[in-house]
Amino acid sequence: MNSEVWDAVVVGAGPAGLMAARTAAEGGLRVLLLDAQPGAGGQIWRGAAAGQKGTAGDLLRDVAAHPGITVLSGAEVMAAETRERAHTLTVTTAAGLRQIHAERVILATGANERFLPFDGWTLPGVVGAGGLQAMSKGGLNVRGKRVVVAGSGPLLLAVAAGLRQKGARVLAVAEQAGLTGVAAFGMAAARLPGKSREASALAAGLLGVPYWADCAVVRASGQNQLQSVTLRRGRREIRLDCDYLAVGFGLVPETRVAALLGCALDNTGAVRVNVWQATSIQGVYAAGEVCGIGGVDGALLEGFVAGCAASGQIERLRDAPRRADLQRRFQRVLERSFALRPERLHTPLPATIVCRCEDVRHGELRGFAGWTAAKLQTRCGMGVCQGRVCGPACETLYGWRFEGARAPLVPLPLAQLLDEPTTLSPP
Amino acid sequence: MPELTLAVLTLDGRRVTVAPGTTVLAALQNAGLSPLRSSLSGEPRGALCGMGSCYECRAVVDGLLMRTCLTPARDGQNVRRLLEVAREF
Ligand SMILES: Cc1cc2nc3c(=O)[nH]c(=O)nc-3n(C[C@H](O)[C@H](O)[C@H](O)COP(=O)(O)OP(=O)(O)OC[C@H]3O[C@@H](n4cnc5c(N)ncnc54)[C@H](O)[C@@H]3O)c2cc1C
Ligand code: FES
Repeated sequence: MNSEVWDAVVVGAGPAGLMAARTAAEGGLRVLLLDAQPGAGGQIWRGAAAGQKGTAGDLLRDVAAHPGITVLSGAEVMAAETRERAHTLTVTTAAGLRQIHAERVILATGANERFLPFDGWTLPGVVGAGGLQAMSKGGLNVRGKRVVVAGSGPLLLAVAAGLRQKGARVLAVAEQAGLTGVAAFGMAAARLPGKSREASALAAGLLGVPYWADCAVVRASGQNQLQSVTLRRGRREIRLDCDYLAVGFGLVPETRVAALLGCALDNTGAVRVNVWQATSIQGVYAAGEVCGIGGVDGALLEGFVAGCAASGQIERLRDAPRRADLQRRFQRVLERSFALRPERLHTPLPATIVCRCEDVRHGELRGFAGWTAAKLQTRCGMGVCQGRVCGPACETLYGWRFEGARAPLVPLPLAQLLDEPTTLSPP
Repeated sequence: MPELTLAVLTLDGRRVTVAPGTTVLAALQNAGLSPLRSSLSGEPRGALCGMGSCYECRAVVDGLLMRTCLTPARDGQNVRRLLEVAREF
């Protein structure tokens, strides 16, 4: 296996990782920035080009041009371990496995969408809200398509505006939180520098689209393909014929690599960090949504702090604690405003599939006390996605805490495993 | 100057032309093909996450099983859905 040593490795090339890599390289470190996606930019900036106006273009250009940074796209961390003070990441790429050693690791692995099951959610046409946004950035033609955006959180608004800009007909945005929560979030956002301009642009992009608070998805219907969505608003049920239902219930930090390195998590399931973005493991820093869901500005700030801390540029951090405090307060309002309200969400039917990989249904799962028993007896969470989809759903539905991070984090081509028989030996 | 080269790929035997920056998943969906069926019930499934975590967009790309949302479409590529591959056996 190809084995290499770097001063610092940054995992994830979203806003947090790009900023961390640039900052660490400015501090004199030789940095490897890797990401599973085919290009840099993370979830929000995927498809953005170096050279375009604004922060995304600037960062992408600086990172691509910096002699101290090497970018490795299409590279997914599948195993990670810490021994003494050295960290080793095993990465799968199209060209085979690479083993990467570094004294400093910055984790910027972002988040996954939380999906909650309802009747019909396995039909083609039912997609994640951020998922549909990602697909359209990847070339999916949504022009003229009728889309219902539903679930919870501010991402719904960004997605609705983005899809509309690409010519989709957004029929409604259905938010499970109540109006007071949404209003509280709007006020907190307006207090953050730059956010009110962003909010006005969003509002202008959504002019004429109904925004229904207190509204939940009941079911998706169709023969082999989504045809309509039923929503419940107050006591009323509303049926909308549509081509896509873009549905997501907030984001969940992607902590698998952190867990393999032994980093402690906080009680919300995010990586625990101190004011320097240092985790509980020496030499491992974390930044962005892997440390809690707070949007792109927070991710950039944390990436900067992590990059400075990892490269010893403490003098650049004078203003950071104050800005981080503002950001954390915003994060708390976000969590409170869009907290999931079980009484408002539609309870799945016994026949509703919860684990899509293994076709395990709600009726088979609700009796179990926790993951281990459910996994052993139903294979829930043991399919190819390894609980990335059903894990957060089961956490919400049944209160189980998913603690299943084990190498390999992703299925590997057999040829790679056969070439490297020792990669998966138990610790 | 933006890159204008289009890619021509084959999706289950159909020739399809796509713009630069298109993923194989988007090419499949634009052609009206949903990538996967449940291996247990045979029901059609649509790609869900668009970012590599649900694995419901898998297809065989140039002989390898890939998540098509993470795979850029390229000239000359041959894409086959698992359903089509399975029909041959
Ligand atoms: C699907 C999706 C779509 C979104 N779309 C928008 C949007 O349109 N507008 C908006 O305002 N916000 C959007 N968001 C929210 C947005 O992601 C955050 O506000 C912000 O991008 C977080 O930045 P980050 O750097 O922390 O993480 P991200 O941007 O999520 O970047 C994390 C990166 O880490 C990589 N990664 C994770 N695990 C591994 C691994 N094991 N090996 C290698 N790489 C790994 C991922 O591929 C990803 O590129 C979206 C979120 C999601 C989940
Ligand atoms: S769409 Fe989920 S992995 Fe590709």
